[in-house]
Amino acid sequence: MSKTLIRGAKVLGGEPQDVLIDGAVVEAVGRNLSAEGAEVVEADGKVLLPGLVDLHTHLREPGREDSETVLTGTRAAASGGYTNVFAMANTFPVADTAGVVEQVWRLGQESGYCDVQPIGAVTVGLEGAKLAELGAMHESAAGVTVFSDDGKCVHDAVIMRRALEYVKAFGGVVAQHAQEPRLTEGAQMNEGVVSAELGLGGWPAVAEESIVARDVLLAEHVGSRVHICHLSTAGSVEIVRWAKSRGIDVTAEVTPHHLLLTDELVRSYDPVFKVNPPLRTERDVMALREALADGTIDIVATDHAPHPHEDKDCEWAAAAMGMVGLETALSVVQATMVDTGLLDWAGVADRMSFKPAQIGQATGHGRPVSAGEPANLTLVDAAYRGQVDPAGFASRSRNTPYEGRELPGRVTHTWLRGKATLVDGKLT
Amino acid sequence: MQRHLISAADLTRDDAVLILDTAEEMARVADRPIKKLPTLRGRTVVNLFFEDSTRTRISFEAAEKRLSADVINFTAKGSSVSKGESLKDTAQTLEAMGVDAVVIRHSASGAPYRLATSGWIDAAVVNAGDGTHQHPTQALLDAFTMRRRLVGRDAGLGKDLDGRRITLVGDILHSRVARSNVDLLHTLGAEVTLVAPPTLLPVGVETWPCEVSYDLDSTLPKSDAVMLLRVQRERMNAAFFPTEREYSRRYGLDGDRMAKMPDHAIVMHPGPMVRGMEITAEVADSDRCTVVEQVTNGVSIRMAVLYLLLGGNEPAVSHARPTEEK
Ligand SMILES: [Zn+2]
Repeated sequence: MSKTLIRGAKVLGGEPQDVLIDGAVVEAVGRNLSAEGAEVVEADGKVLLPGLVDLHTHLREPGREDSETVLTGTRAAASGGYTNVFAMANTFPVADTAGVVEQVWRLGQESGYCDVQPIGAVTVGLEGAKLAELGAMHESAAGVTVFSDDGKCVHDAVIMRRALEYVKAFGGVVAQHAQEPRLTEGAQMNEGVVSAELGLGGWPAVAEESIVARDVLLAEHVGSRVHICHLSTAGSVEIVRWAKSRGIDVTAEVTPHHLLLTDELVRSYDPVFKVNPPLRTERDVMALREALADGTIDIVATDHAPHPHEDKDCEWAAAAMGMVGLETALSVVQATMVDTGLLDWAGVADRMSFKPAQIGQATGHGRPVSAGEPANLTLVDAAYRGQVDPAGFASRSRNTPYEGRELPGRVTHTWLRGKATLVDGKLT
Repeated sequence: MQRHLISAADLTRDDAVLILDTAEEMARVADRPIKKLPTLRGRTVVNLFFEDSTRTRISFEAAEKRLSADVINFTAKGSSVSKGESLKDTAQTLEAMGVDAVVIRHSASGAPYRLATSGWIDAAVVNAGDGTHQHPTQALLDAFTMRRRLVGRDAGLGKDLDGRRITLVGDILHSRVARSNVDLLHTLGAEVTLVAPPTLLPVGVETWPCEVSYDLDSTLPKSDAVMLLRVQRERMNAAFFPTEREYSRRYGLDGDRMAKMPDHAIVMHPGPMVRGMEITAEVADSDRCTVVEQVTNGVSIRMAVLYLLLGGNEPAVSHARPTEEK
């Protein structure tokens, strides 16, 4: 097997070291390692991180191959430094059977750019009424451990309770998209000062917070683990903080866009800023950053949601919700967390690789950069500054809210089990 | 003036006063035997209505024809919300036909803003009402009506509404008329009070440049104009208020309540009125009620807006001769 020597990389942001990859594993980490028989990559002070893990990706296949496929989505993932993504279940057909999750899993295997771990639906057809065959999906080749109706909330309290209980039998976790449906009928954006002015239907913070509060209490009552998707409000942060202090087994994620953007951007009526949960206020953004820094929020997850051009090139009310995120996530986290001094690179590795792998029980991912570990690695040029140009995206879709925005950092190399998937910013 | 008229909030005090003054000139034309001006001859204006509103469309059409514009009416019923591409497609079709101005009515808030800023089209865009966002020509015609009645037709020229106390009553939450009026009346120096049950006020209203009250009776004696907004009966089903009867008991304007208003105070309504709900027939038919004048003034205001957006810097009326058309 081939060898690669990454020379002078700041492993997790520390002092420069050499990292030798032999085949699929990290052979050695240290100073002045021999380059003999190895291809050399001069890291030149770039930051080396464990391959990133995204617990929340929409790959759209099967059903919406016009916006993304497993192949294009995993290429986008490799471009963004990811080696493992969890594919959400809201496809057509819905990933609510062993057959569909195995199909997605197999497509991931074939892509070769990034491991794909399918997420199974909690309820049949995401309809919130009847439990899907969670056990069968777990026992399938896809080995599903994370279940979510994402896109929709498991709003029925009894169904949610049963799901939380049921998956304990095989160590699964339910990832909740927290959105009280009645409070968000016709919702178009965050409810507040801006929605009042723009005349767009409001998505109140309480619609998220009431479900987060209910679900942490349910998890406590039945002694289960619960994961909350894309926390977006300061109030949700307080509830999760309280739940953790009480010993409730809850984990939570935040998206890059909720760490950076606010509902003020909706004043443009440009649907590229339309997303669910919606962009909130500056106060929420600051609370989310602080919570990610202090560990109240465990991980960053992209909620990468590709949409074809025509679904965004229209009036706000008609537009689809969601934004692509795999290829800009690390840059946004650097801008909002690292460059602001809230998190160091070891913290980034924790929030974007170790912890998400742990929550999703991903094997071989989210491991330390040390000898004997799988060589899932990503090399970041943290000194880079550049404008986001969606024309260069590997994703099939271009619906990024960052077009033209200057962001720091660039992933130059990604290795999946020792095989380079990205070299000098180009997919292999 | 800007190139488009999207929101009343975009108008400066001087812009707004200029529009009101120009509308007075336009109103004088309406008193002539020949009501037409040649100002927009050879210019094409499209009335692009994605939402039914015969009243507003006819008002714009009358204004356009009095300015001698070529008028195209385009009604896309069934709305584009389910099929968003059609706004862009339609816009580009119109662009290809070389239209000079698009008057757009749309059920989606922000659709006119999108049309004006997305690069789909070069024409001037006039917002004729978008979702629950804005309806700037309605606010202008309301301000015009107030200035005439409260300041005077000639005395008002060059003036704003400084210190006038204006009360808006009803469904503020779902009202583009309320949003536009709050913005414009504030710009013109008026003191605005919104009166509604708390369910029909938007979260965030506390940041608007106006007062908010839940009590109509205490507000009436301090009002120079009371504007009633339409309350749709179906709101009742979404628990915004219990019954029609309770709504009209607490927020409807009847003869007894009207008597609490100062003698000079006027009653306004953007129409169409729900008689018996927000306004009794007695009030609607009284001479303090300006509903019919508002309709007339709407044409003058829309002429003024189109003239100022499309007519360049030439004076509207003084140099203009009646057209040769007989
Ligand atoms: Zn979601």
